[in-house]
Amino acid sequence: MRAGFKALVVLAAGLGAQSAVADTLGDTENGKALYRQCSGCHEIGAGAKNKVGPQLNGIFGRTAATIEGFRYSNAFQRAGAKGLEWHAEELHVFLEKPKQLVPGTRMSFRGFTKEEDRADVIAYLRLFSDSPADIPEADPTATATDHDVAPEILALKGDPEYGEYLSSECTTCHRADGADEGIPSIVLWPEEDFVVAMHAYKSNRRAHPVMNMVAGRLSDEEIAALAAYFAALEN
Amino acid sequence: MKINRRTFIGSGAAAATLSAPMVQAAGHGKPRVVVVGGGAGGATAARYIAKDSDGAIDVTLIEPTRTYYTCFFSNLYLGGFKQFSDLAHTYGTLASAYGINVVHDWAIGIDRNAKTVSLAGGGSVPYDKLILSPGIDFVEGAVPGWDMASQNAMPHAFKAGSQTELLKAQIEAMPEGGVFAMVAPPNPYRCPPGPYERISMVAYYLSQNNPTAKILVADPKPKFSKQGLFEEGWQNHYGGMIERVGPDFGGDNVSVDVAAMTIDIDGETEKVDVCNVIPAMKAGRIADIAGVTDGNWAPVNPEDMSTKADPDVYVLGDAAQQGDMPKSGFSANSQAKVCANAVRGALTGSRVFPAKFSNTCWSLVSANDGIKVGANYEPADGKISSTGGFVSQTGEDAALRKATYEESEGWYSGITSDMFG
Repeated sequence: MRAGFKALVVLAAGLGAQSAVADTLGDTENGKALYRQCSGCHEIGAGAKNKVGPQLNGIFGRTAATIEGFRYSNAFQRAGAKGLEWHAEELHVFLEKPKQLVPGTRMSFRGFTKEEDRADVIAYLRLFSDSPADIPEADPTATATDHDVAPEILALKGDPEYGEYLSSECTTCHRADGADEGIPSIVLWPEEDFVVAMHAYKSNRRAHPVMNMVAGRLSDEEIAALAAYFAALEN
Repeated sequence: MKINRRTFIGSGAAAATLSAPMVQAAGHGKPRVVVVGGGAGGATAARYIAKDSDGAIDVTLIEPTRTYYTCFFSNLYLGGFKQFSDLAHTYGTLASAYGINVVHDWAIGIDRNAKTVSLAGGGSVPYDKLILSPGIDFVEGAVPGWDMASQNAMPHAFKAGSQTELLKAQIEAMPEGGVFAMVAPPNPYRCPPGPYERISMVAYYLSQNNPTAKILVADPKPKFSKQGLFEEGWQNHYGGMIERVGPDFGGDNVSVDVAAMTIDIDGETEKVDVCNVIPAMKAGRIADIAGVTDGNWAPVNPEDMSTKADPDVYVLGDAAQQGDMPKSGFSANSQAKVCANAVRGALTGSRVFPAKFSNTCWSLVSANDGIKVGANYEPADGKISSTGGFVSQTGEDAALRKATYEESEGWYSGITSDMFG
C-alpha cells in the first residue's frame, strides 16, 4: 500500500526529483514564519492540541489520520487506511497542493507553490518530530535537530566489510530484509542520517536504553562502517 | 607493536598478521564445518558461515527435529498471547538459500582425533571445525522424586515443543480454584527471567479463566532476574494469586511425589493440580560426549567461543561456560556471530574482527506490560565480561511498557529471521 502512495507521490510531483527534494533541508526560521499560515488551524509544540486541524507534533513517520480524538474527513481516513505515511516527500506533495494528494480533504489551504517555502516549513515541522515519544526510532527524515555531529565525523569513510561484521549485532532485532514488525527498518538509510542517529543515541540525546547501550560502545569509525554497510544493503 | 582495537581496524597489515594461517584441510577440497544443534546458537552460526563464505566452506547442520519450536516466547503461548504455530520454524531456507547440508538426525558420538561426528542413523560426518550448540539437559536427581520418566506427569517445559503443549493443556484442565506449582531451578540455568515470566503468563491465563486458582513457587534462589519488576507486576495484576517460597522458608528443600501429585516444601506436603518441575541444568549431552565439559558446562575462550579442551571444537549458547552472559537465545545468537567470523577466518583467511557480544531479554508480565534487561560484553580477564547495561524501571507508564512489548515482538521477528533466513 505504501508503494501505491509512493507512486502517487512521484506522479503528483511530476518531477522525478524526489530524492533531491527529500534531501533538501530547509531553513527552520523561515519555516517558522511561514507556519503562521498554518497555526490558525494546526497547533504544534509543547502542549499542542487538536483544533480545526490535528496537532502536528511527531508527524514524521506517522500514518495519516491516526491522531486519536481528531475527527478526520472520510478522504483522510481512506488515505490513512491505504497506508499514507508522512515523510518529507509526501509532505512536499501535500503542501504544494493538498488536494492533489488527498482529494476531498477539508483542509482549505491552497498550498505553498515555491519548493523552497515547502522545504522550510517541512524543516520547521521536523523540529517537533524527534522526541522520546518516537521510541524506538524517530523517522530517518526527521533528524534535523540532531544535526550537530562534527563535520570530520560525518566525513569519515566507513569500512563496509567491518560494517558487515558489526551489523550482525543489529540484525538480531532489526530485520536485514528491511521488514518492520515492531522494530524499525535500518536498511538503505542515507549514510549521514544513519551516522547522525547513532551519534544521537551514543550521546543519549535520543533516549532508548537498548540503542544507547549498543551505540554507546561504538567508535566513530565503527558507526561510519555500519552506515556504509546498511546504506548499500540490497536484498 | 601494541595492537589496540582502533589500530587493528585501521590497518590492513595488522589484520593480516593477526588472522590465522589458511587451513587447507589435507586430502580434501573445501574446508568443512559441522554444527550440532539448530537453535539460536547453531542455526545462526551455520547461516553466517555459509552466507559470508559464499560457498567456500561446506557447512553441515545436524539437528534431530524438522520443526524447531523456540523456547523464547513459549511462555507467551502459555499466557494465550501467541499460538503454538507462532513458535515453529523449519530449516528449508537454510538448505535452499544458503546451501547448508541440513541433516535431521541425532549426533551420538564425536571422535576428536579422527575429527568425525557419528550419527544415530549410521555413518559419520568429518569436520575441520566443529561447533556444538546443544542447549541444556537436566541434572539427574536434582529434584528428589522427579526424573526424566516423570516429565509427562510433571513437565519441565524448558525445552519447547511437546512439553510446552502438555503444560498448557494441564493448566487449561485445572479445576476451579486449583493449584499450579513450580519448582524453580538453581543458578545457572537457561533464560534467567524465564520461570518468572512463566509465572506471570500462567497467572494471566488463570486470572482470565480460573480466577480463584493459586500459584505456588518453590525457589532455591534468594534473588532472581528482574525481581522488583516482576513482583511489582504480580502485585498490580494478580494480587494474592502468587505465593513464592524462597530459601529462607525452605524453597531450597523440595521433593515431589509424581504418583500422588504432591510437592513437599521443607516438610510440608501439598496436593497440587499442575506441577512444573524445572530441575538444575547442565550442558546438552553431546558436549559431555565430546569431552569438552568441566563439571556441568563447557569452558570456552571468550575471543572466539573455542573450547578450552580443543581449539577445533567450539561451544555456543546455554552449554558454554563463558563468563558473564546470561544463558539466553539472544546471547547464543550473539556468540554465534563472533564464532562464525573467527571460524571463517581460520579456514579461509578472511578478516577476523574483535569479539563483541550483547544481550537483551524482554519479558511479558501481563497484557501490554513488557519489561527488559540488557548488557554489552567483551573479552576481558579470560572470560566474557560485562561492559555495561540497563534494566527497565519500576513504575514506568503504560505507554512505555506497551512499547517495550511491541519491541519484543519486533525482536522475535528479527532473531528468528537471523537464525533461519
